[in-house]
Amino acid sequence: MGNYYQEELECASREKIIEIQNAGLVKTVKKVYENVEYYRNKMDAAGVKPEDIKSIDDLHKLPFLTKDDLRDAYPYGLMAEPLENCVRIQSTSGTTGRRVVAFYTQPDLDMWEECCARAIMAAGGTKKDVCQVCYGYGLFTGGPGLNGGSHKVGCLTLPMSSGNTDRQIQFMVDLEATILCCTPSYAAYLAESINEKGYRDQIKLKAGIFGAEAWTEEMRRDIEKRLGIKAYDIYGLTEISGPGVSFECEEQQGMHINEDHFIAEIIDPKTGEVLPDGEVGELVFTSIDKEAFPLLRYRTKDICVLSRKPCSCGRTHVRMSKPMGRSDDMLIVKGVNVFPSQIEQVLLQQGLTSNYQIIVDREKYSDTIEVLVEMTPELFSDSVTDLAAKEKDVVAGLKSMLGIYAKVRIVEPKSIVRSEGKAVRVIDRRNLYKQG
Amino acid sequence: MAIKQLSIFVENKTGSLVKATEVLAEAGVDLRAMSIADTRDFGILRIIVNDTYAAVTALKDNGFVVNMTDVVGCVMEDKPGAAGEMFAALAEAGIAIKYMYGFAGKNEAYAIIRVDDNTLCEKVLLSKGIKLLVPERL
Ligand SMILES: [Zn+2]
Repeated sequence: MGNYYQEELECASREKIIEIQNAGLVKTVKKVYENVEYYRNKMDAAGVKPEDIKSIDDLHKLPFLTKDDLRDAYPYGLMAEPLENCVRIQSTSGTTGRRVVAFYTQPDLDMWEECCARAIMAAGGTKKDVCQVCYGYGLFTGGPGLNGGSHKVGCLTLPMSSGNTDRQIQFMVDLEATILCCTPSYAAYLAESINEKGYRDQIKLKAGIFGAEAWTEEMRRDIEKRLGIKAYDIYGLTEISGPGVSFECEEQQGMHINEDHFIAEIIDPKTGEVLPDGEVGELVFTSIDKEAFPLLRYRTKDICVLSRKPCSCGRTHVRMSKPMGRSDDMLIVKGVNVFPSQIEQVLLQQGLTSNYQIIVDREKYSDTIEVLVEMTPELFSDSVTDLAAKEKDVVAGLKSMLGIYAKVRIVEPKSIVRSEGKAVRVIDRRNLYKQG
Repeated sequence: MAIKQLSIFVENKTGSLVKATEVLAEAGVDLRAMSIADTRDFGILRIIVNDTYAAVTALKDNGFVVNMTDVVGCVMEDKPGAAGEMFAALAEAGIAIKYMYGFAGKNEAYAIIRVDDNTLCEKVLLSKGIKLLVPERL
C-alpha cells in the first residue's frame, strides 16, 4: 500500500520499537558515561549511574541537556567517538554566542540520510523521480540532508542549493523535476515567479518537502494550489542530526518521528516533568543509535503535542504536531501555560491582525491577562454593537484555546509599541513587583 | 438622497479626538454634524462633513480607521413633540433605529438616523410629511 523506504522499521509493532529503544538507550548511556567527561560529570552530579538506566522507563532519571550545554562543550566536549572515526561536521546558523557544532561518523550520516529518504518516499518519491534540492548546502543541514536522502531513494538529484531563481526555474522545466525540497518561504516565492513568468504549464512537480521554518496551513494550501503539488512538512534539528527527525506522510496530520532512532518526550518546560501523550509541552529528544554526537534528553524548546493515534499510511511511529511556539515564550497565567502563538492563532482565525500585545498583570494576588489588538478597516464597523460582538467572539475563542478568561481590547492602528520594527509581544508587569 | 456619514475608530484616551479633529481641520474639512458613541475602552466618532472625499483621505493618511455609511437625515420643525412624531412613525412601520443623533438649527431641528433599510425609512418619513435632509442642504 504505502511507499516506504524501510517498511519493517517504519511500520514496526510497538513492542518491536520499544525493544529497539530499550537496547539503544542502555547502550548509548553506557557509551557516553564511559567516553564523554561532560556527560559523566553531569550524570554524577544528578546521582545517576549507567546501571540505573535499564529501559526507557528509566529515561526520566537522566538530566536534561540544553543548547547551553552544547555551547559550553564547544567544540569537542560532547564528541563520543575518537576524531579519526568522524567524517563530517554540520553547524547551526546561530547569530548570537557560540555556534553549535555536530559531528557525524559515516554510519551517522547514513542514518540521517535514511531518515530523509523515508521523508522523500512518504511524499511519493521513487527512483524514477527528479529531486530538486534548493536548501542551502554547506554547514546548514538542509541541503546535505535532503541531497543524501534523495541519493538513497535513487532519485536523479539536482543539487541546486538556494538562490538564483531564474536558474532554479530553468532546471525545473528543462530537467522535469518532480520533487522540490526547500524552505516554505522559498517555495512560495518560486511559485509566484513560476506563475508570473508563465511556466506553470511547463513544470512537472508533484510533491514538495518543505521545512526549516514555521509555516501555516493556509500557506501550504496556497503553495499546493499554485504549483499543483502536494506539500509535505519535514522537521529536524542540527543537534539531533538535521532534517528528517520527523516527516509528514500523505495524511498531512502531524509528522512521524523516526522512533527507531530517536525517543521523544513531552515535558512541562517550567518543571521538567514528563507529560502524557496528547498534552502540550516542550519536545525532548534522546538519540539512541548515533555514534559521534549522541544527545540524551535534549530540550528542543519547541512546543508541540504527540499523537499515537494509528495513521492510515501504515507507519506506526508517533506523530508530532507542527511546533506551536518556543518554550522561551511561555507565560504562566493563573497557573495555566499560555503561548503567544496560541493567542495569535485565535486572532487570525477571527479575522484580526497579528499585530497584538499581551499584557499580564496581577491584581489582588490574582493574575490578569489582557490582549490588545489593532483595529483594521476590515474589522471596523460604525456600530458599537457589532464591535462589542466581535470582541466577545475573540474572548470566547481565547477562552476555548487557553482555558482562562482573557480581556480583549481593540486599539488604534499602529498604537502597539514596536521595537526595531517588531511589535513587543508580551509585557509582564508582574515582574515589577519582584524588583520593587 | 442618503447622506454619507464617516465613522472613525478612537480609543477612549486623552487626545484621540483632538488628533482626529485636527487632521480634519488641516484638510480644510468643515464638520456639519458630530456624535460620539463610546464603550469603556473605545469610541466611535461619527461625523458628517462638507467634503467626504477630503476627510476620508486625510484621516486614512494619518492612520485612522474610517468607514463610510449611508444614513437618513430628517428635518423637523423646532417645536416640542416633533421628535416624538418621527419616532412614532418609524415604530409604526416596524423600523428599528440602530442609533441616532440630533442637532438644532435656526428654525428647524435635524436628526441623523441609522437604520438597516434607508429607502424604506425615507418612504415612511415622507408619507408622514416629515422632510428629508438632502446632502446639498448640509
Ligand atoms: Zn502517516
